[in-house]
Amino acid sequence: MLKLLYFAWLRTKIGIAEERVTVPEGVTDVAGLIDWLRGRGGGYAEALANLDVVKVAVNQEYVPFTHPVTGGDEVALFPPVTGG
Amino acid sequence: MTVRVQRGDFDIGAELAALSDGDTGIGGVCSFTGLVRDLHPQAGEGPGTVRALTLEHYPGMTERQLEAIEAEAKARWPLSACLIIHRYGRMEPGERIVLVACASAHREAAFDACRFIMDWLKTKAPFWKLEETAVEGTRWVDARHSDQNAADRWSDLSR
Repeated sequence: MLKLLYFAWLRTKIGIAEERVTVPEGVTDVAGLIDWLRGRGGGYAEALANLDVVKVAVNQEYVPFTHPVTGGDEVALFPPVTGG
Repeated sequence: MTVRVQRGDFDIGAELAALSDGDTGIGGVCSFTGLVRDLHPQAGEGPGTVRALTLEHYPGMTERQLEAIEAEAKARWPLSACLIIHRYGRMEPGERIVLVACASAHREAAFDACRFIMDWLKTKAPFWKLEETAVEGTRWVDARHSDQNAADRWSDLSR
């Protein structure tokens, strides 16, 4: 079970801020997770269409798309940040 | 060394006074205050365009990132004290968004560390701005390449 968080326009396109998902066995890293989420279509496919503008954090640390994901992880997907 | 992420406003004078209080080895305090502005030069839009900003953030990760940035500043410069306050929620033009203050025995460290913290904060701290505009309604602010370039600049410098 993964805890997924979405922020900013990824949140508004997907339509929810947070969800818990059980992913298929073949999903072992961030890239695989994103592919699987895109397969759900709709807002997911739209929000994740251009990965140049998607950042990922696993357990609140920035990670590359090659980073592994395992049960219990908190995975956040969000656009490049614009604070300050 | 302090990081605060809060909805409410802050008192710059009181914060800066408290930062150096009781440490007479501090020779200078450098601070930066970020404000909500009502225009959007990148989009070619003048005064009055932006009616409000809403800052969204990632509770937990935000604090961790700001603490890591502060720790990095402390590792690079001899700081006596350091403060980062960043607000979230809805703010109108003229309101304060962020305060960064660095205190050191010498001004160079205070100036450089303050600028470094802002540059890294802009590209690493998980905040996102939603603008309310006069003509377009609401829109998410895009990240700027110039901010990334400013942050990258510090990677090239020897410590």
